[in-house]
Amino acid sequence: MITRKITRRAALKTISAAAVASSVSACATMGQKSVGRVVVVGAGYGGATAAKYLRRWSDGAVEVTLVDPNEAFISCPISNLVLGGSKTLADITVSYAGLDKYGVKRVRDTVSAIDVDKKQVRLASGGTLPYDRLVVSPGVEFMYDRLQGWSAAGEASVLHAWKAGPQTVALRRQLTDMKNGGVVVMSIPLAPYRCPPGPYERACQISWYLKQSKPKSKLIVLDANPDYVSKKPLFSRVFGEDYKGIVEYRVSAPVNEIDIKSGTLVTEIGDRVRGDVVNYIPPQRAANVARDAGLITANNRWCDVNWTTMESIKVPNVHVLGDSTLSAPAMPKSGHMANQHGKAAAAAIVELLNGRTVVPPTMANTCYSFVDDRNAVHVGSVHRWVPEKKMLEPVAGAGGISSQDRASWALEGAYAQSWATTIWADMLG
Amino acid sequence: MKTRRITACAFALPLLAGAAHAQQTADADTRSAALLASNCANCHGTVGVVGQGAMPNLAGQQKIYIIEQMRAFRDGKRPATIMHQLAKGYTDQQIELIAEFFSRQKSTR
Repeated sequence: MITRKITRRAALKTISAAAVASSVSACATMGQKSVGRVVVVGAGYGGATAAKYLRRWSDGAVEVTLVDPNEAFISCPISNLVLGGSKTLADITVSYAGLDKYGVKRVRDTVSAIDVDKKQVRLASGGTLPYDRLVVSPGVEFMYDRLQGWSAAGEASVLHAWKAGPQTVALRRQLTDMKNGGVVVMSIPLAPYRCPPGPYERACQISWYLKQSKPKSKLIVLDANPDYVSKKPLFSRVFGEDYKGIVEYRVSAPVNEIDIKSGTLVTEIGDRVRGDVVNYIPPQRAANVARDAGLITANNRWCDVNWTTMESIKVPNVHVLGDSTLSAPAMPKSGHMANQHGKAAAAAIVELLNGRTVVPPTMANTCYSFVDDRNAVHVGSVHRWVPEKKMLEPVAGAGGISSQDRASWALEGAYAQSWATTIWADMLG
Repeated sequence: MKTRRITACAFALPLLAGAAHAQQTADADTRSAALLASNCANCHGTVGVVGQGAMPNLAGQQKIYIIEQMRAFRDGKRPATIMHQLAKGYTDQQIELIAEFFSRQKSTR
């Protein structure tokens, strides 16, 4: 009797699940009444997340077009491991095809202009896309203009590798081509820049590679900042214990000149540091597409937003996500954070297009850094809306960095791998 | 063809209002809970299913279990690499909303 009941219930469940599934797709195909059109510019951690969640949270009632020139997503997080040699570019590349099942319309193109008055996006191929609300998640532009001696000719030999892709592979090749006994020089820009712990993770990855394969070699890190920007107790220990004799870390050493031909970086106080491999990470600002749309509001670099909706404080109906934003207090420019921005914007846009009140978001961040091929350390934080300040602020006492217990770093290495595949699925799967 | 599809939609509406699809119904609290729970999705999956990764699934866990674990992390009673730090960022009310959300998700894809 009990068995029969369960069986019958299970059967009913199956039937209703199938009915729901078929009706959802039927509703989508017959064009459930649209509540608005959203165009998303940039399919990185912010934009792809916003596109997927706009479709999910509106039950398909928001039409979403996602514009990006890239064939596939390549992750900046984990890309330092390609430099170290424990990952390949294929390991950090994910197809955009997973977004199709949500009804995200994908357009592989470059945005040539945004007309905020006509509310339309112009594509390089010549088409236009009208929008009710626009999401701009374009990442960063590098600022080479203040680097004396720089010219476009330098792009072939002096790599940033701060956008994952061909430069990541090219920098890896420079490292593998270098002789044992060679010198690698990298420079870190003044904060704020994309991925605060990223340069120190990169220093670990390069050092790890040199230690394994070219132990007579050396890495010189020129940090423009007066101290480690992130995870100091962890990175300083790893530099001193694991990579002693390989990495040389210099603080307050901003680079303002380069001699491309000899591969020499010149610091503010005139130190000349020559490298066989030179990895210059330039200062950054919001991408050109954001600048040209008039979205930059702070220091000619960043886009200030209303943190309840991610809407620009200057241009109505335009939401800015990710590294291009003027960061809220203690909020890092990270892929994890951009994902959270994407969800906050998606929720707000669904409410706004339905004429409902927006609920302020809470956001969390976790940034893992690999100190070698398998051990990782984290920094985490939670950011909560403070009504009287109209700002997202870090929750006091929440968040923090890894313990100094090295045994836990191996476990965190497994978690960091899991983080990567799970967040990629959260945005693209 | 058109008639058949409309019939399917009409048939589905009462079902969509059921608990299994609570996050999709037009209820403000549910939408807030979905946004809040999406804080966890980066590491624990969009609906609390991780797949092959090392982090635990949250989908289909008992609500009371999620609440108790979050409190244990927050109060330092359950050791962790990171959750003891992140759990401190959420109020009791937020933890309850998050627990409610994940308890209603299917534990398998």
